[in-house]
Amino acid sequence: MTTEGLFSLLPLFLLSGFAVILMLLIAIYRDHNLTFWFTLAGFTASFASLFFIQAVLPRQIVPILIIDNYALLYWGMIILASSAVAVLSYNYLKEHEEQKEEYYILLMTATLGACTMSSASHFISFFLGLEILSVSLYTMISYLRDRLESVEAGLKYLVLAAASSAFLLFGMALVYASTGTMEFARISESLSANGVNALTLSGFAMMVIAVGFKLALAPFHMWTPDVYQGAPAPVTAFVATVSKAGMFGLWLRFFVMINGYRYGSLLILFTVISIASMFTGNFLALMQNNVKRILAYSSIAHLGYLFVAFLAGGKLAIEATTFYLVAYIITSLGTFGIVTVLSGKMRDAEDIEDYRGLYWRRPLVATVFTAMLMSLAGIPLTAGFIGKFYLVSAAVNSWLWLPVIILVINSAISVYYYLRIIVVMYRRIDEVTPAVETTTGTLATVGPVMQPSISLGGGLVLAVLTLALIWVGVFPGNIIQFIKDMVSSLSSAAMPMHTAQKIMLFR
Amino acid sequence: MILFWLIVILMAGSFLAWLSSRWSSVAPKWIALVAVLIDFLAAASFWIKIASFNYPAAGNTLIAGNKGLWFTELNWMWIPSFGISFHLASDGLSLLLVMLTLFIGVLSVLISWNEIQYKVGFFYFNLLWILAGIIGVFTAIDLFLFYFFWEVMLIPMYFLIGIWGSKNRIYASFKFFIFTQSSGLLMFLSILGLFFLHGKATGVYTFDYMQLIGTKMAPNVAMWLMAGFVIAFIVKLPAVPFHNWLPDAHTEAPTAGSVILAALMLKTGAYGLIRFVLPLFPDAARTFAPAAMILGAIGIIYGAVLAFAQTDFKRLVAYTSVNHMGFVLLGVFALNEMALQGVVMQMLCHGISTGALFIIVGALYGRIHTRDIEQMGGLWDKVPRMGSMAMVFALASLGLPGLGNFIAEFLVLAGAYQASNWTTAISTIGLVLSTMYSLRIMAKVFLGKPRKTWTLEDLNLREMIVMGSLTIVILWLGLFPNHVLYVSRASIQSVVNTVNASSTAAGQANTLLQDLPLDKTEKKNDDISLKQKDRQKEQIKIEEQIKTEEQLRTEQQIKAEEPIKTEEYMKSEEHTKGGIRQ
Repeated sequence: MTTEGLFSLLPLFLLSGFAVILMLLIAIYRDHNLTFWFTLAGFTASFASLFFIQAVLPRQIVPILIIDNYALLYWGMIILASSAVAVLSYNYLKEHEEQKEEYYILLMTATLGACTMSSASHFISFFLGLEILSVSLYTMISYLRDRLESVEAGLKYLVLAAASSAFLLFGMALVYASTGTMEFARISESLSANGVNALTLSGFAMMVIAVGFKLALAPFHMWTPDVYQGAPAPVTAFVATVSKAGMFGLWLRFFVMINGYRYGSLLILFTVISIASMFTGNFLALMQNNVKRILAYSSIAHLGYLFVAFLAGGKLAIEATTFYLVAYIITSLGTFGIVTVLSGKMRDAEDIEDYRGLYWRRPLVATVFTAMLMSLAGIPLTAGFIGKFYLVSAAVNSWLWLPVIILVINSAISVYYYLRIIVVMYRRIDEVTPAVETTTGTLATVGPVMQPSISLGGGLVLAVLTLALIWVGVFPGNIIQFIKDMVSSLSSAAMPMHTAQKIMLFR
Repeated sequence: MILFWLIVILMAGSFLAWLSSRWSSVAPKWIALVAVLIDFLAAASFWIKIASFNYPAAGNTLIAGNKGLWFTELNWMWIPSFGISFHLASDGLSLLLVMLTLFIGVLSVLISWNEIQYKVGFFYFNLLWILAGIIGVFTAIDLFLFYFFWEVMLIPMYFLIGIWGSKNRIYASFKFFIFTQSSGLLMFLSILGLFFLHGKATGVYTFDYMQLIGTKMAPNVAMWLMAGFVIAFIVKLPAVPFHNWLPDAHTEAPTAGSVILAALMLKTGAYGLIRFVLPLFPDAARTFAPAAMILGAIGIIYGAVLAFAQTDFKRLVAYTSVNHMGFVLLGVFALNEMALQGVVMQMLCHGISTGALFIIVGALYGRIHTRDIEQMGGLWDKVPRMGSMAMVFALASLGLPGLGNFIAEFLVLAGAYQASNWTTAISTIGLVLSTMYSLRIMAKVFLGKPRKTWTLEDLNLREMIVMGSLTIVILWLGLFPNHVLYVSRASIQSVVNTVNASSTAAGQANTLLQDLPLDKTEKKNDDISLKQKDRQKEQIKIEEQIKTEEQLRTEQQIKAEEPIKTEEYMKSEEHTKGGIRQ
């Protein structure tokens, strides 16, 4: 490995370095403020280094990591999202926990794991990144030890994630057994040379289980609502955004590199998964009264939408999914950010009743939340609209009408539950009853449960996210171009879908 | 540029109104009024300027790149990578509808003056946004931009119903939103389908209306793509199987909301049919026309019968919209100039007359706090001014000569008769029925014996200004319809010409294109650019054939046309086959 190669790893070095620094810092002097600022410094340094290493790209680091513009884009997304989570966590933790500082180490390592995944080009780095991310998440999810749901969620995640890792390893082993290599590029070569056999396909199918688990696609979504609800709100934001971005970045690269679009059975598998996710997510979201659970189910549906474009294949699919992911990250961070800043000491602001008449009490927060929900519903002037437009156009371009029409039906269904939250927020104050029976069974007045005021940091993050949301929604041209340029390293490798497969896919 | 400023002034006004509500509860009203008035005057002066010159020559055909139609045009790049531009333009049709929008806009600010006491700033914010969205819909010439505005006008309307509506408002607002949103998504799919179809055929990926016109497609593809548009538009219109949302939304909305819904939002559906469905899918539209006319006839009768059966005053007026919009559907798909001009008149007159009726309902409700017509009766003695105003618009609604609606319905029926006499004959029954419900309004509410002793004030000065200006306009439309018909004539003619032009060439073009579905020419190698080039060649060949054929036809005698047709046809078939083998 050359010095330039080492240099291109700088963002990862910085992340891991700062994790160690934080650890030492806590051992020497335990202070929440200090730790928080060091965390932010770490993220900033790592993000800044992205600009410096761009000159020496693309670069293959040994066989296990590939650092190109595509990886850089995902790193940027992940690091920015993590810093937003860090800021949101600061105030949240201040009220909640005695031992706040270790949380930031975990946040740092989880980010490192996600970054590693999105630049992996080998099963080893795939698995390594996944485990770094997962192990950090186990602890983060159950970080509020005095809250029963939090611990339960952590445990649930631990068991299921471990099981899914087992599937992943078995799948990798099967692929290795039939192709004799663990490098993505060489797997592709071997597949082209020798064709695909049942062993490889079942290996891929098993890997899909692990991927589906991490991305919360149906039918591997069972953990999602419980974990989203139980985890502390900022951690939920992290699970919804960073961990999914890392996994998706990896899977997209893997699938494009092995040219998985050649295999009809895999495409049908993803079609089924995508359709199932859309319906499961949206139908179950209709029945929830808990905002966190609604958002959890909605995220399942959104990943289903994402895979509609993923199926389309080719250059447009890579751009569309990446753009949608950006929009999705902004929106998810925004929605969970709102839940975070409204959450009080006793419990999170998760009951839909907590939001009753919010617009008349906190007009700004409610407006931001409305914008975020509109974006999730895909309504113009927001990033979600352009994202959905991009997805649908990628799919229509490949003439995938069945998934597209199901996407449209689901969009219509989803509008109902997003509107439900909005309606509650805009209920006139004269209808708002002072005391509300909450799901936890305590009769609590609306006021005290919620935060009395919005923290500076939280407000800042929300303001930035809202601006980004509207900016991307109104002037998407630059961002589309930027994403096009950044993913070109991958999309040049993407081949258009094979004709035979297109016909199979109800073309 | 003026179109851009019309939208920007409204949007700026909306934000100012919202902000100003922090300091004063009166300021938002004035800011909103001033913003809409400025817009109205600007648009009016623009119209006068246009009218003093000549209108564009009639007899245009909508073909790609024809710019002669537009009075004013504005084209900025928006998302270049997708061929999306911020492209606004106005011809006679859009100008009339923009004028209607701003006129009704001014009135709806005025009628909300005292009715809305709750969160005034946010109310006017939403009101102005709706107006901005509607103007966008009427002037957008880029299909993506059109869809964008189509959705933009939805959300504030949803808030208007959901926050300031009456008792059952949440239900109504949900229903309204889900109906229109999901049908809009179908339209969006069609837009995308058209976008890619055109892109693949020509290599130019664009959402621009003027370029997408004349995209060749196989008949079944055209049918499906048109279905998406048509569903979105007839849900908005609404035509009968999709009218379900309308009575709820109209009844529960605050007065200004009902007025805007009836007078403006329903027109976006009609506008869409004329502007997009007919020119983009002329052949499919012709196939669909008989069915659409029957739907229109059903709407006319069904709406009138249901209106007659209502006891809720506002719901009654709401159902009259179903009745009147039936005429619009009937006229649009009659596909001739007379009927389409009638549709334009109907759009304007229905906007004025139904808007006025909603204002009267609102004014009455504000005084006696009920909409149940069983409790009213004999109100004329107490409120003669309101009664006489209601009389004017009830008569307009039943189509009394001298008022605008008469001209509109007459033109529609006369035009539709040429297309389908049976459907038209049945529709005429609707006129009798509309007389019944209109007179029932007068008989039950204002005449007869008073059933309760109400103490109420007559219309005040502000309300009289509103009603007076509406009366003047409806009289003007009834007495001098040419002032309006002349403006829209060129655009309507171009639409009719486009539809007819395709009917002569289409028969053969379609048979040719049927052999050319997109996949069959694909070969094993996946080189897209090669395929595209091939397709382009095919396309050019076909177009040339059609052209030469048309030339030949005009040169030859009509008698000699048949043999040439078959000969050409066989030739062209050979060509296509050769093309596939290439």
